[in-house]
Amino acid sequence: MSNITPRDRTLPMLGAVLLAVIVLGPLLPKWALFLLTIAIAKGMVSLGLMLQLRAGLVSFGQALYYCIGGYTAGSLGRFFDISDMLLQMICGASAAAFVALILGFLLARYRGIFYGLLSMALSMILYGLLAKSESLGSTDGINILPSTIFGIRPVQEWVRYVVLVTGCSVAALAAALVQRYLKTPLGQLSPAIKDNEIRVEYMGASARKAIHVKYVIAAALSGIGGALAATAVGHIDPDMAYWTTSGEFIFITILAGTRSVAAPFLGAILFETIRTVAFDISPNTWQMTLGISLLLVIVFLPEGLWSLFSRRKAA
Amino acid sequence: MAVVLDARDLNKRFGAVTAANGVSAAIEQDSVVGLIGTNGAGKTTFINMITGYIKPDTGSIHFRGRDITALAPREITRVGICRSFQIPQLYASLSVFENMMVSLGVVLRNAGLGGFFSRGRPNVPGYDAPAEEVAERILERFGLGDYRDKNAQVLPGGVRKLLDIALTMAAKPSILLLDEPTSGVSAEEKFGMMEMVMAAVKAEGATVLFVEHDMEVVSRFAERVLAFYDGRIIADAAPEIALTDPEVKRYVVGGELHRMDEQKGAANA
Ligand SMILES: Nc1ncnc2c1ncn2[C@@H]1O[C@H](COP(=O)(O)OP(=O)(O)O)[C@@H](O)[C@H]1O
Ligand SMILES: [Mg+2]
Repeated sequence: MSNITPRDRTLPMLGAVLLAVIVLGPLLPKWALFLLTIAIAKGMVSLGLMLQLRAGLVSFGQALYYCIGGYTAGSLGRFFDISDMLLQMICGASAAAFVALILGFLLARYRGIFYGLLSMALSMILYGLLAKSESLGSTDGINILPSTIFGIRPVQEWVRYVVLVTGCSVAALAAALVQRYLKTPLGQLSPAIKDNEIRVEYMGASARKAIHVKYVIAAALSGIGGALAATAVGHIDPDMAYWTTSGEFIFITILAGTRSVAAPFLGAILFETIRTVAFDISPNTWQMTLGISLLLVIVFLPEGLWSLFSRRKAA
Repeated sequence: MAVVLDARDLNKRFGAVTAANGVSAAIEQDSVVGLIGTNGAGKTTFINMITGYIKPDTGSIHFRGRDITALAPREITRVGICRSFQIPQLYASLSVFENMMVSLGVVLRNAGLGGFFSRGRPNVPGYDAPAEEVAERILERFGLGDYRDKNAQVLPGGVRKLLDIALTMAAKPSILLLDEPTSGVSAEEKFGMMEMVMAAVKAEGATVLFVEHDMEVVSRFAERVLAFYDGRIIADAAPEIALTDPEVKRYVVGGELHRMDEQKGAANA
């Protein structure tokens, strides 16, 4: 089974979903708007994980960049009085990408479990630093300024809707760009790197450089997700970088599969829904419910939820 | 004729083993060179040094006058020296066609084509056609058309070998090093396979070095023979001369006959 050629109906589909959110959003209850926004934010991180997973790499520390995105949004408000959602996301992505550009020189040398654990270690270092930094609220974290966009602050009634639509628009754009990237030779190198790095080198490409690029793109996506989550929740704390947060992202990515750039968002929505419902029904055993649902997906849909939607030839 | 590849006094030790002991060879443009020698004689080491997989302890390698001794494998590939492997190195989870497309994608990328912002389907350098067409063409040439959509993982041994060689053609190499292209292929099929490979390679115009144990195949296809023994080149001449050299007969050809007997013995056992 191959995963080298991304599907072509992706762009119209992204557009249709975005339109549906814009049109149907006002009909949804507030909690659903919030749930969807958080799912979109986490889906962004998961999209970044998917890029790495396609090359055979699992980062156990993607929360590092989620957290950097969140704290960039927080710092913009706290130190510069900036509350514009788009600016938060752009700065969150830039800050995350910059850090990844530096750390990537180290990470891109490692594979397998070392890549995973090293990324987790880096994330836990940030957690430790934030938990100790008074000016950023230590373990309590800080509040985010109420969201604005293009200088306008939506009325309370509509805030959740505006945040969701903004987040969805950015996510759709990001997913379209990632889709485009996956079609470039560098993007198509992912499964090749996973399969055989020796051959990659002997074809004249640098696997390390390709991984470095993916790492930076993944960080930028995660930074956007972190900023979006921050503005949606209105609060950030160091737990954003904690390893369990990274675990959630891996969970979502495995749930979703790597077949489409839309899959991570679907996975995230399902994840958030299961969690919310399971928590409502039985607050003490929701983790078990989540665990069982992942188990079912792994057993019955080994290539993730998305395989329900794509009927591909079995090779 | 012009020398394209010049290996000078290469030495390589692995602990107590001397895998290259003063190996020198100047390879002429468009020639076909057969590398012979028993297992462990240093043929693969020679190829590994030329393609940058291992660095010689001393000595130098020049390609068209340029010192490439210190270059990494991918840089050597980019100057136009490509190789196949004794054990095929494929992308197991991808189809035959996709294996080809990934290779061509790298060629495009290295030429600054097919990036994030480029539109349309650029032509692959050296082949005036877009990647899909070039892929089909190369696969046809190597008789791999029927396997186009098969996963590399499930291919029979000989087909894996062919694909491994076909992949090297993507970059349109000026020098091609084939490490035992016919190993694992039955004696009857060897000639057909070499015929096909040489035709495909010559169609693109490349200098070829190939490692081969079957002396009939060597004398049929090679214009020149380098005989390896114990990390040294003990003969460097046209096949009819090299293969009748007493030392070669004793250490290489005899060894090969012995080896074949062993294989037959093993097959009968
Ligand atoms: N990477 C390596 N590490 C240690 N020893 C090696 C390595 N590569 C080759 N050798 C040794 O060098 C000698 C030559 O090997 P090789 O070049 O593979 O021979 P051939 O290809 O002619 O069969 C052998 O004794 C082999 O064991
Ligand atoms: Mg060998």
